[in-house]
Amino acid sequence: MCLGIPGEVIELHPEQPDLAKVDVSGVRRLINIGLLNDDPPVPGEWVLIHVGFALSKIDEREAAAAMEFLEGIGQAYEDEIAALRDSLIE
Amino acid sequence: MTSSREDLAGAEGLAGTQEPASTEQDEPGWIGEALREHAEHERHEVDAGHRRQLPLADREQQVLDRIDRARRRRPRVREERITMSHGAGGKATQTLIEAIFLDAFRNPLLEPLEDAAQLLIGGSRVALTTDSYVVKPLFFPGGNIGDLAVNGTVNDLSVSGATPLYLSAGFILEEGFGVADLARITETMRDAAAAAGVHVVTGDTKVVEKGKADGCYINTAGVGLIERDVSLGVAHAQPGDAIIVSGPIGDHGVTIMLARGELDLEADIVSDTAPLNGLVAHLLDAVPGVRALRDATRGGVATILNEIAKAADVGVLVTEDDIPVRPEVRGASELLGIDPMYVACEGRLVAVVPGPEADRALAALRAHPLGGQAAVIGHVRAEQPGIVQLKTAFGGTRIVDLLVGDPLPRIC
Amino acid sequence: MRFVDEFRDADKAHALAAKIAALCEPGRQYKLMEVCGGHTHTIYKHGLEDYLPESITLVHGPGCPVCVIPMGRVDDAMHLAAQPDVIMTSFGDMMRVPGSQGSFFDAKAQGTDIRMVYSPLDSLKIARQNPDKRVVFMAIGFETTAPSTAMTMLRAAAEGLANFSVFCNHVTIIPAIKAILDSPDLRLDGFIGPGHVSTVIGCRPYEFIASQYGKPVVVAGFEPLDILQSIYMLMVQLSQGRSEVENQYSRVVPWNGNLVALKAIGETMELRPYFEWRGLGFISHSALKVREKYAAMDAELLFEVPGVRVADPKACQCGEVLKGVLKPWECKVFGTACTPETPIGTCMVSPEGACAAYYNYGRMNRQRVAEASRS
Repeated sequence: MCLGIPGEVIELHPEQPDLAKVDVSGVRRLINIGLLNDDPPVPGEWVLIHVGFALSKIDEREAAAAMEFLEGIGQAYEDEIAALRDSLIE
Repeated sequence: MTSSREDLAGAEGLAGTQEPASTEQDEPGWIGEALREHAEHERHEVDAGHRRQLPLADREQQVLDRIDRARRRRPRVREERITMSHGAGGKATQTLIEAIFLDAFRNPLLEPLEDAAQLLIGGSRVALTTDSYVVKPLFFPGGNIGDLAVNGTVNDLSVSGATPLYLSAGFILEEGFGVADLARITETMRDAAAAAGVHVVTGDTKVVEKGKADGCYINTAGVGLIERDVSLGVAHAQPGDAIIVSGPIGDHGVTIMLARGELDLEADIVSDTAPLNGLVAHLLDAVPGVRALRDATRGGVATILNEIAKAADVGVLVTEDDIPVRPEVRGASELLGIDPMYVACEGRLVAVVPGPEADRALAALRAHPLGGQAAVIGHVRAEQPGIVQLKTAFGGTRIVDLLVGDPLPRIC
Repeated sequence: MRFVDEFRDADKAHALAAKIAALCEPGRQYKLMEVCGGHTHTIYKHGLEDYLPESITLVHGPGCPVCVIPMGRVDDAMHLAAQPDVIMTSFGDMMRVPGSQGSFFDAKAQGTDIRMVYSPLDSLKIARQNPDKRVVFMAIGFETTAPSTAMTMLRAAAEGLANFSVFCNHVTIIPAIKAILDSPDLRLDGFIGPGHVSTVIGCRPYEFIASQYGKPVVVAGFEPLDILQSIYMLMVQLSQGRSEVENQYSRVVPWNGNLVALKAIGETMELRPYFEWRGLGFISHSALKVREKYAAMDAELLFEVPGVRVADPKACQCGEVLKGVLKPWECKVFGTACTPETPIGTCMVSPEGACAAYYNYGRMNRQRVAEASRS
């Protein structure tokens, strides 16, 4: 029920402004983008899809920031592990 | 109208949900049984003064043990009517087979419940199998019901170690079905039979009234000769064995779902229907010690893994990252909320081989056009017998149980 | 898959797990509740509990909209489906939920026209294709799904479709959380906040949890790293003695929510004075019904719905599981009489239910889990 999948907007429907075609891993689907009326998505942007509707845009900057944080954690962890390893060798 | 609920008005917030004048649920027999068992267990614990002392983990383990015992009990069909779950290839199908069919027909040749029966006739080892095809739609990207009807039965014979030889083909046709469509199907079957090296030598035709057969249903039975000195069966699996899949999973099931046209999904996926006898011969030539072979149809790879675990009373551990799945199949599965492990294939096999032979088996499969993406997906082990576990891409583990319900009906 | 795979990296998970463990005060136990059924599902599916120290317990909340539907409402839906010329349409999750006379699945086996759909728009399509039938859409879900139902209703109205109606069982998350907070049975330290509900309602509605009840809330995404990061953020707050609302899922959740969605809901639906939740009893202003303006699409008005309150079977302890008081395996009938194949209650039949998640994925001894991860 909470099932929400990220998909990339490929094209807007030529006749119906509420509909857009999205791509999820090579699978293409027509969805309704009416809930994003205030700031409609354009091809190339990513949206969160839920029961045939786009609920929200995926903010690439925020996604990048989230990844940066995780990378940082990962790096710090690797550094610590390396330090641990080194200290054992001594 | 919702008048009775209005009468309960004034019941704001959480407090005092008074017992309503409601329809009391009659406790079906098995619920009562389980409650009595639980009560007995609790009484026993209290008597022994154990209740308070047992740490959380042990209490949980006791419950898990109780569940394990419940699962090993004799299967019984609880429903009064057949539902679509009974045809899904998962738990309900298994229960139906064991409780109704096995119960009625029980004999040593049927009991192994492998893909084909292995018979001794006049000194020759013969394999016999049958399958019915009710796929909807009849024509789909990558083939049609005719392909499935031939390949499916050829494959059931092949994975028994037999050389497929002869097929029967019974048709149940719906009044109004197009003769041109029927011709298309039979021509496909002719080509598929030629590709597999088998002959359709007998058949039957029935016609039923409009609305009773959804176009065309086909049943095929097949016989083959087991000339190799092999004894294949999932019960032979042993700890240390490697589990191999011959290619990406889920192609067929997802193709069918999309071909129904009910969903607004498009993708470049086609059914993987194919005859596997060539691939199997290649494998058995290189690795005569193969323990078991199964073709992954209804219920998908997950069903086969569970069959291995149950028949051989062993544990199975597979690694999510090692299971080949096409990106489109993964994408479609995410969108549909299904797990590719349960989705049908029609041209993939699962092989259980002794651990040391895994590399040789893989090489043999990959050398064949149908096995190019073969991969080792996991191993058989002694721990947790009867249970299939998956190591997630994430490093955690979870159980892969038999399919419940029927997310993808009439797949094959 | 983009925006999915990156958040499933195992090495980063270990890193986060280490940081989480480092923040645990020795001797202190932490109880964090994940409200959302989708989170419960991810936690079990990816074995996330294996990454957490023993001192952190995850308590499963009532955020599974299928799970909280009382039996009486299921019976009402079955009654609707059985009406002449009705095609009942429903999400897959509802198909096997047992009412007192069986489930949709059982009814289907006996010939009732019940069809599974993936979107309310599919239901609309069926209505267009079957003008001589009356198509009912079983609308379930929290605020995540309500906008989709609303938009579909607006579409139906715009097209003048006369044979489409909605049986509205949408519920709202805040009253449920408040009920949990007020419950004497639970002592929680923090909340892993709903992810997709928040795309609609935003993060502000959770502020009372932090300010009035002093519990930190982190709105979380659905990938394993999202949840681990959210737990990390909660632990940071707890170690610093803070209680605030934070948004870990900022790539999807806008702080202010989705105004268009909220407007669509407001146009077509309104809050019921009270609604019964399985396990939690009657909660005021916790569910939505169709507005009078759209009465022509309200299945409850178009058809006579029995509206009888049905008690859960005596054996069923879904209520306590939903409140987080009982772990799934502590329910008397878990795994023996109540299994995914033969469910007695909703927690076992819904894919997001705690019992289903635990039975399908988590059902193992913790020691063996550790063994398996090491192998």
